[in-house]
Amino acid sequence: MSTLAQGGAYAPAGAGRALESAAAWLLAMLWLLPLIYAVWTALHPSEFSTRFDLSAPLTLDNFVQAWNAAPFARYFLNTFILVTLILGCQLVLCTLAAYAFARFEFAGREIAFALVLAQLMIMPDVLIVENYRTMTWLGLVDSIPAIALPYIASAFGIFLLRQAFKTVPRELDDAARVEGAGRMGVLWRLYVPLARPVYLAYGLVSVSYHWNNFLWPLIITNSVEARPLTVGLQVFASTDQGIEWSVICAATLMTSAPLLAAFLLFQRQFVQSFMRAGIR
Amino acid sequence: MRGFERNIHGWLLLLPAMALLVLFTHWPALGTFIDSLWSTARPRRPSAFIGLDQYRSMLADPVLWKSVVNNLWFAFGTIPISVALALLMAIWVNDRIAGRAAVRMAYFTPTVLPMIAVANIWLFFYTPQYGLFEQVLARFGAQPHNWLGTPDTALACVIVVAIWKEAGFFMIFYLAALQQMSPTLAEAAALEGASRWTFLRRVQLPLLMPTTLFVLVNAVVNAFRSVDQIIVMTRGGPDNATSLLLYYIYEVGFKYWDTGYAAALTMLLLAALATVSLGQYFLLERRIHYR
Repeated sequence: MSTLAQGGAYAPAGAGRALESAAAWLLAMLWLLPLIYAVWTALHPSEFSTRFDLSAPLTLDNFVQAWNAAPFARYFLNTFILVTLILGCQLVLCTLAAYAFARFEFAGREIAFALVLAQLMIMPDVLIVENYRTMTWLGLVDSIPAIALPYIASAFGIFLLRQAFKTVPRELDDAARVEGAGRMGVLWRLYVPLARPVYLAYGLVSVSYHWNNFLWPLIITNSVEARPLTVGLQVFASTDQGIEWSVICAATLMTSAPLLAAFLLFQRQFVQSFMRAGIR
Repeated sequence: MRGFERNIHGWLLLLPAMALLVLFTHWPALGTFIDSLWSTARPRRPSAFIGLDQYRSMLADPVLWKSVVNNLWFAFGTIPISVALALLMAIWVNDRIAGRAAVRMAYFTPTVLPMIAVANIWLFFYTPQYGLFEQVLARFGAQPHNWLGTPDTALACVIVVAIWKEAGFFMIFYLAALQQMSPTLAEAAALEGASRWTFLRRVQLPLLMPTTLFVLVNAVVNAFRSVDQIIVMTRGGPDNATSLLLYYIYEVGFKYWDTGYAAALTMLLLAALATVSLGQYFLLERRIHYR
């Protein structure tokens, strides 16, 4: 997208362009300020938290302290298991359902589709009270599957994949069938590969959403063994023992680091994925 | 394929997703309504059918009304500014400004970071005495002020964080729409001698209307389910000045364990979200059909 020359006849030139660039850069700096500040604080001794002295000594001590003060390794593992579990199950379930909606004429399809879309309105984020009750009934409270379950059948994923599958030409489908491929074979060898960009887009959105999700994991977990990073960070940062800001900043950066690194590496895919996911 | 077989195949493919949807979306939505008609079971008092009593106590609950009003202020505070900023960002990044890839990244970064993490950083900005704002303001001789600890300013502080987090996310949608616009539009307008402002107002903005509606619906939904930064920064305080609807549900349901009342509150939130979705349906979907 950045290779396309945009703006055309109204692209600013000369002084106008300089002014616009300056304003855009100023806002960009403002937007990055909290992050830059967190990096500064985390990399310097605590007495430099509010003193911006370029000669301040650099240190990784804050990260070491944060890492030792709470079981972050376990939290990382939990979050990793959580996002993998959710994404893996989502991909399978949403693919099957989307295939049914896109290519099968079955009785009650319209009603079923409306029932799926209802989830876009009634989000799992809001049904915390009832879902907690269900998890108690299933005996799953304080476990990673309990965090994942309400999100696995994703209306958003089914919708995106259905749209993608619908763009696959019927002729290709028919040709593959003539050559003896079964319906599942066609799905696996034709539809899934053709929808790869949609899978990537959905995957990035899903992983970043569940890496960052907080309220439901906070409610449903209460032990180190099940807590994801976000909840772990909050438990760590809200203890009353008066932890230094520099250590909290280090912990904050640590928990966001994998996502931030992935974002910087796959910036273009991220931005395009969110775009693709948004334009339905 | 024959009809019967087709039905079976279709439903079998759908079954796993549908089962989970029923268990974690449809049933809980229905259960919320049923539970809202019953009192919360207490150690010596089992749950009893009380009809609409929960809804009656909602009418008389000052904290609920405070939360609703807060939530409306939160929406009015965040949505116009973050959407306007998003549009401005998108126009800037769409123009050939210097280093626009880096600028675009800067705008979008808050979106990928966990709210829980960035709220902690902002929390320090607002800290009395030691916080960054206080230190900067003190240099200009301002009176010390407890930004999050004063009911007058606490909600505004939370709103600023929400704007900062969301604007870059909405920018993406405007950017996508701008890039899909044909450059001949700009050429034609320029030939007619339209100023840039006229071009923006008369050509670009009308063409961006569907995007704006989409962004607005998203923004309203987000405003009604915002809760992370409240838990980190204020816990609804001081004096419920920053209590939002979902936060209040969380408090009633999981701090006071009054699940019956929490269910009734959830019904209110569901009604609000349904109104937004239906509004979207009548404004948007009528024009765009996914067939």
